[in-house]
Amino acid sequence: MTKGHSEHLLANGLKVLLKEIHTAPLVSSWLWYRVGSRDETSGHTGLSHWCEHMQFKGTPRFPPKVLDRAVSRDGGMWNAFTYLDWTTYFETMPADKIDLGLQIEADRMVNSLFDEREVTSERTVIISEREGSENEPFFLLAEAVQNAAFRVHPYHHEVIGDLPDLLSISREDLFAHYRTFYTPNNAVLSVAGDFKTKELLARIQALFKPIASGPNPGRLTRPEPGVNGEHRLEVEGPGETCFLEIAYHAPSAADDDFFPATVLDSLLAGPSSLNMFGGGGISNKTSRLYRSLVEKELAVSVSGGLSATIDPYLYNIVITVHPKQKPDEALAAFDVEILRLQNEPVPVAEIARAIKQARALFAYGSENITNQAFWLGHAEMFAGYDWFLTYLEKLANVTPADLKRVAQKYLRPQNRVVGTYVPVEVRERK
Amino acid sequence: MKKMNGNSLPGIDDITRILLPNGITLLIRTNFNSPSVVIGGFLPCGSLFDPDEKLGLADFTASALLRGSQKRSFQEIFEELESAGANLSFSAGGHTAGFNGRCLVEDLPNLFDLLADALRYPVFPGEQVERLRAQFLTSLAIRAQDTADMASLTFDQIVFQDHPYARPDDGWPETIQAITRDDLVDFHRIHYGPRGLVIALVGAAEPAVICELVEKMLGNWSNPFQPESPSLPELKPLQKSITRIIRIPGKSQTDLVIGTSGPRRKDPEFMPASLGNSVLGQFGMAGRIGEVVRERAGLAYYASSSLSAGIGPGAWDVSAGVNPRNIQKARDLICREIARFVEEGVTVEELADSQSNFIGRLPLSLESNAGVVNALLNIERFDLGLDYYRCYKDMVRQVTPEGVQAAASKYLHPDKLAIAIAGS
Repeated sequence: MTKGHSEHLLANGLKVLLKEIHTAPLVSSWLWYRVGSRDETSGHTGLSHWCEHMQFKGTPRFPPKVLDRAVSRDGGMWNAFTYLDWTTYFETMPADKIDLGLQIEADRMVNSLFDEREVTSERTVIISEREGSENEPFFLLAEAVQNAAFRVHPYHHEVIGDLPDLLSISREDLFAHYRTFYTPNNAVLSVAGDFKTKELLARIQALFKPIASGPNPGRLTRPEPGVNGEHRLEVEGPGETCFLEIAYHAPSAADDDFFPATVLDSLLAGPSSLNMFGGGGISNKTSRLYRSLVEKELAVSVSGGLSATIDPYLYNIVITVHPKQKPDEALAAFDVEILRLQNEPVPVAEIARAIKQARALFAYGSENITNQAFWLGHAEMFAGYDWFLTYLEKLANVTPADLKRVAQKYLRPQNRVVGTYVPVEVRERK
Repeated sequence: MKKMNGNSLPGIDDITRILLPNGITLLIRTNFNSPSVVIGGFLPCGSLFDPDEKLGLADFTASALLRGSQKRSFQEIFEELESAGANLSFSAGGHTAGFNGRCLVEDLPNLFDLLADALRYPVFPGEQVERLRAQFLTSLAIRAQDTADMASLTFDQIVFQDHPYARPDDGWPETIQAITRDDLVDFHRIHYGPRGLVIALVGAAEPAVICELVEKMLGNWSNPFQPESPSLPELKPLQKSITRIIRIPGKSQTDLVIGTSGPRRKDPEFMPASLGNSVLGQFGMAGRIGEVVRERAGLAYYASSSLSAGIGPGAWDVSAGVNPRNIQKARDLICREIARFVEEGVTVEELADSQSNFIGRLPLSLESNAGVVNALLNIERFDLGLDYYRCYKDMVRQVTPEGVQAAASKYLHPDKLAIAIAGS
């Protein structure tokens, strides 16, 4: 995460961030749109993700197979992701081939066909994607917890969408969504790798400048009212294993409290990495929850996750309950650890350790050009690249008093949903 | 910063390969662009040594190496690792037990000390063994509910009937229950030793420094008991297609795995089969299989083929996840594509696409230290030669459509397929 990037704003509103890195003959380019599942209303859930799928279904210039073949022939890696707040498309290519990636993105920002037949065939593919997720006990639990945590805010539904909507969304719905949100002024282009900034910027100008800006689509904003009590729920399903998910309403990424919350997560459940492509992680066997749950044989694993989002989202802890224990016992031991954070100051050395872990994870992740370009654009979706550049500094500034205050403010039972996956069938094997 | 270009793929002039007197092979490539170091390696201590009734013993032993040593307790080991932001883990496959680790370069001596300590002086504390056992049993309970895992496991049982590859490395609940602490101690005492130990290291450290560290930590290691690796029996090919269905109630999606056994990594057919596999079910959005099953029929979110060649023959299969009512349709489409692939082979154009993809993606697979460590371990494991990645382009280009079809017809027989289906 060294500095040395440049930022440019095109006349049509497209924001461009470029960072030269000459360690490998590769370039990674990411185009980000400010649209995600939080921009979907009831009856149209899953629209953003489906729209993302349709972006691979061709334009007059790049019919579907041509598009895929062209990138793959050059040894490129490409894909797309839809999240709560954003949708992004990337190509990582040999350095001398990145122009193709840029051409594709400029082209499909405006020219995607959304052919009726392709919409029909993709409908069943997406339903199949959802069915694959539903096979996982943890998806079923996470979906129920997310839904219980948000009654008003559109963060309440899964990115994939609900089945009735996947059955009813039309080609017109998808195309309207595309036209509304896929404009240069609603997008950020981030490119990192082996290029010369001046030359690449000229090429980006040539490709994207002709695209007209559109009306500002705005964001769907329905703040979640304050919560006033713990929600508990159970999801029943097949299997032998019981899972527990505890989700606290958490600060948004731009909130100063986000950084103490990140350190709290690291102390409780081990360091999380911001790396999306390689770099690996660090185990969490000395984290507070591992010691009090796994070492005490109440659970067989524990993990935590805090998401960087525009609006306050959730801090999740997932516990795989020990086969010989009850979820309530694991929850009781978990609560003891939370109380300890709320009542006892965290030793400064423990904070310093979390910072060293975060630094190491950045060092590992920065070996991948794809991570570098991802980082460059990602923070623009909820704050700005500066958020990312000052990330370690902000973590390092966290004090024991901050941790205590943030633990008291957010990690309250009244601010959480507790979900239990209850296995109801035991399958006979062999 | 030093720039890597097409000519600086790992090769004979920048890989340091050292064989220590006690049998340890060390592979090193420096990279000062990143402050980190990645290590990886393996020893010949895989599940091939497991008795049937204690299947999972090799994996259990490998996983237990970091649970306590003569010098350090479990918490002390992980306190040292995690405080440094470092990582180290062990697991076992069929032929070998392997390890992976990484750290910032200033912590390298300590990481080596932890590695050597785990390899040489584990004590397998009883309490930790039981804790690990519960974790394994939970993983197996989760595996039994995972339609993709169960289809794949069942597929291996059909294809590798009467062959050790039919056995899952992580065992079964009853075999994990049968393993005692003494079994772990014995397995380690007999099988772990320097002969056949390969360590690859890539990062911001000079080879001389690394070599000195390895010699200091592992140079005087010996084990007179280390057995030779068991020889693999001949694989009996399927005489007809066999379908096996595993019912897992309450699942929305069913997984299918269809295929047979493929070449070994060292066989001359490996490269043509690998390029052919790319055309069949990898290239772009998963080749012909992706086109037929996903794009045209809209049956599956994932549908692709894979070829997993190793020391022995690996699986060559097509897998997909579909709605239970579409099983028949998906199976027919996949079988038809396999038959077409064998009968018609691939076109010059299709082959050229995949050749171009194989060559073009090489820099991406080698951009990180971890990528290069994998490459070095592949070179050593399969005796590919230190210049393998420099010669790779030519080897890929030499493959012809005829070569692909010959490989396809040698291994894939549309009337002798294993078909495994797991779901509701």
